Amino acid sequence: MSETLKVPTMAEYMAQGKQPEVLFWVGCAGSFDDRAKKITKAFVKLLNNANVDFAVLGTEESCTGDPAKRAGNEFLFQMQAVTNIEVLNAYEVKKIVTACPHCFNTIKNEYPGLGGTYEVMHHTQFLKTLLDEGRLTIQGGKFKGKRITFHDPCYLGRANNVYQAPRDLIQKLEAELVEMKNCRKNGLCCGAGGAQMFKDAEKGDKEVNVERTEQALNIKPEIIAAGCPFCNTMMTDGVKAKEKESDVDVMDIAELIANAQDL
Amino acid sequence: MQYLPNILFAIILIVAIGYFAKNVKSLIRNIKLGKDTDVSDNKPQRWKNMIMIALGQSKMVRRPVSGILHVIVYVGFIIINMEVLEIILDGLFGTHRVGLRVLPISVYGFLIGTFEILACLVFVSVIIFWIRRNIIKLARFWKSEMTSWPKNDGNFILYFEMVLMSLFLIMNAADLQFQALDSGNIISKHIALWFSGFSDSALHTIERGAWWLHIIGILTFLNYLYFSKHLHILLAFPNTFYGNLKPKGQMTNVEAVTKEVMMMMDPNADPFAAPEEGAEEDVPEKFGASDVQDLNWVQLLNAYTCTECGRCTSECPANQTGKKLSPRKIMMDTRDRLEEVGKNIDANKGEFKEDGKQLLNDYISTEELWACTSCNACVEACPVSIDPLSIILEMRRYLVMEQSAAPTELNNMMTNIENNGAPWPYNQMDRLNWKNE
Ligand code: SF4
Ligand code: SF4
Repeated sequence: MSETLKVPTMAEYMAQGKQPEVLFWVGCAGSFDDRAKKITKAFVKLLNNANVDFAVLGTEESCTGDPAKRAGNEFLFQMQAVTNIEVLNAYEVKKIVTACPHCFNTIKNEYPGLGGTYEVMHHTQFLKTLLDEGRLTIQGGKFKGKRITFHDPCYLGRANNVYQAPRDLIQKLEAELVEMKNCRKNGLCCGAGGAQMFKDAEKGDKEVNVERTEQALNIKPEIIAAGCPFCNTMMTDGVKAKEKESDVDVMDIAELIANAQDL
Repeated sequence: MQYLPNILFAIILIVAIGYFAKNVKSLIRNIKLGKDTDVSDNKPQRWKNMIMIALGQSKMVRRPVSGILHVIVYVGFIIINMEVLEIILDGLFGTHRVGLRVLPISVYGFLIGTFEILACLVFVSVIIFWIRRNIIKLARFWKSEMTSWPKNDGNFILYFEMVLMSLFLIMNAADLQFQALDSGNIISKHIALWFSGFSDSALHTIERGAWWLHIIGILTFLNYLYFSKHLHILLAFPNTFYGNLKPKGQMTNVEAVTKEVMMMMDPNADPFAAPEEGAEEDVPEKFGASDVQDLNWVQLLNAYTCTECGRCTSECPANQTGKKLSPRKIMMDTRDRLEEVGKNIDANKGEFKEDGKQLLNDYISTEELWACTSCNACVEACPVSIDPLSIILEMRRYLVMEQSAAPTELNNMMTNIENNGAPWPYNQMDRLNWKNE
């Protein structure tokens, strides 16, 4: 790591009487999961590098309630939502960016009905905006010419129709973007959504993540790019199950961009 | 005696339409068993969806082969049915090809010629459909929920169409007057060659026979709809109109829960205060759905609209990997149970009598419900805007909020969220530790 990360909290901003440009919603995976923490850090490096005035909630952040809602526990979901909304509204948050499509979907679509209306962006959309505004530069670096495929997260793609931003970023790496048989609207799930991440799958003849990884491996990518910490885990496990971890990396788009610049 | 055919025709017509009307009434009654839901927003977008998706078949053509064949059958079916108007007028007034009395021969010929070409195209398309179902055995038509009735239903519809198209062409071919016009008999003139040695009276018998069978066939088909997946030819229109307009990832917030949560979070609320007048009624008897009456009416309309095409199931990640879940089965089960409930009400003078059954467990198992990843692939795939996921979610809500019957691992996850604000057993106070790791 070249320098320490600058990760101010909303409380610190508040103490100085200032408002950040955007709140970075880290999410549970991004905060606690070892693999996802690397994505969080890569994204923070990009934010630091682009001099984005951002803050996190830190210990004041709590699960959005997405897995509880999808498991059918509407009570727990709404308790979580209302608690989070109180915190967000107390800080007068207007704009939120997150690297988790589940947090993205929940805050963007399900919080407004409970009193929390914000402009919510997925980190790939946010990075694309920084790029367009000239605040972020993307170089191909070691990814130049690499075969990269993008796995559409259900909660980013089908759920919210965001397909282009992540692809634009990959193309900026001067990489060769290759598409799987099922992509965009027809993207196949990694198997983690709807609270499946937290339980074993029902009886069947295959794991969903293996099926999806096979689709990816069929087009012989060097990197499978992801835009969701859960997809990342599922695809990484899939690649391991197919014993291809020495040939194929699973990386978040934020990691690709940060690594390309040796941040 | 001269008016006997006219009278007979009128009786058949009245009986057929009457029976159809009765079934439509049951259909509406059954759909209204569902809970209310507000779909009055954004009318312009709703009209647009109906025109694009139902009328324009925009989602059908995503699978080009079946999509284009379906468009042919659909356009053919609608346009050829214009001919039914003439048949009904002829039948009632004892005229023959009344269209010729009002239209110039060339226009009439153009219309019938178009119908003949379409009939021929429909016939060929339907044969290809039959081959796909029965010879090629496309996987989606042979999944486990495609038991004997759904399979037969699919084929019956194809046979119906084949017979109706043939009768229409034979009727034209055996019609000496029409053939003599030599306008619009573009296909039937070739069929007429087969009849070349026939006497005039034999031809007349064939023509009359085909004419009667054709119209009786159409009226039978009309009444078959209610019992068949073919009902979609009518319901696709309201169904796409009332389809979800929100982002697919957005799941509804249960209002009754919101009220309770707000109460609990409100420091000024007095938990012992007497409920306000009428407030009691707002609290629903139960959360989520264990039976069809717990679903909303759009979900029930969805069930009647389902074409059993299986596009949803073939895109479902759970189904693709051998799990029991099939979104098509969710829709078929909902319709079957709704029909059962409807018959129960009919048999018990308008009141539902407890029958010891429900949608949950008797039709849809928890194993199916818990296999869903909420990926929305089924919703995206459906050509008529059906949302199987919303039913799965409602049933999960019932399992969790009414029965505390979630799988153990999910209960652990939820306990963690409750206690630590994360689905894993980490302390909320450690949430920013990554920064220094
Ligand atoms: S939302 Fe559920 S039922 Fe629908 S395709 Fe995805 S996993 Fe299957
Ligand atoms: S729900 Fe839609 S996609 Fe699925 S079988 Fe029915 S009509 Fe076809």
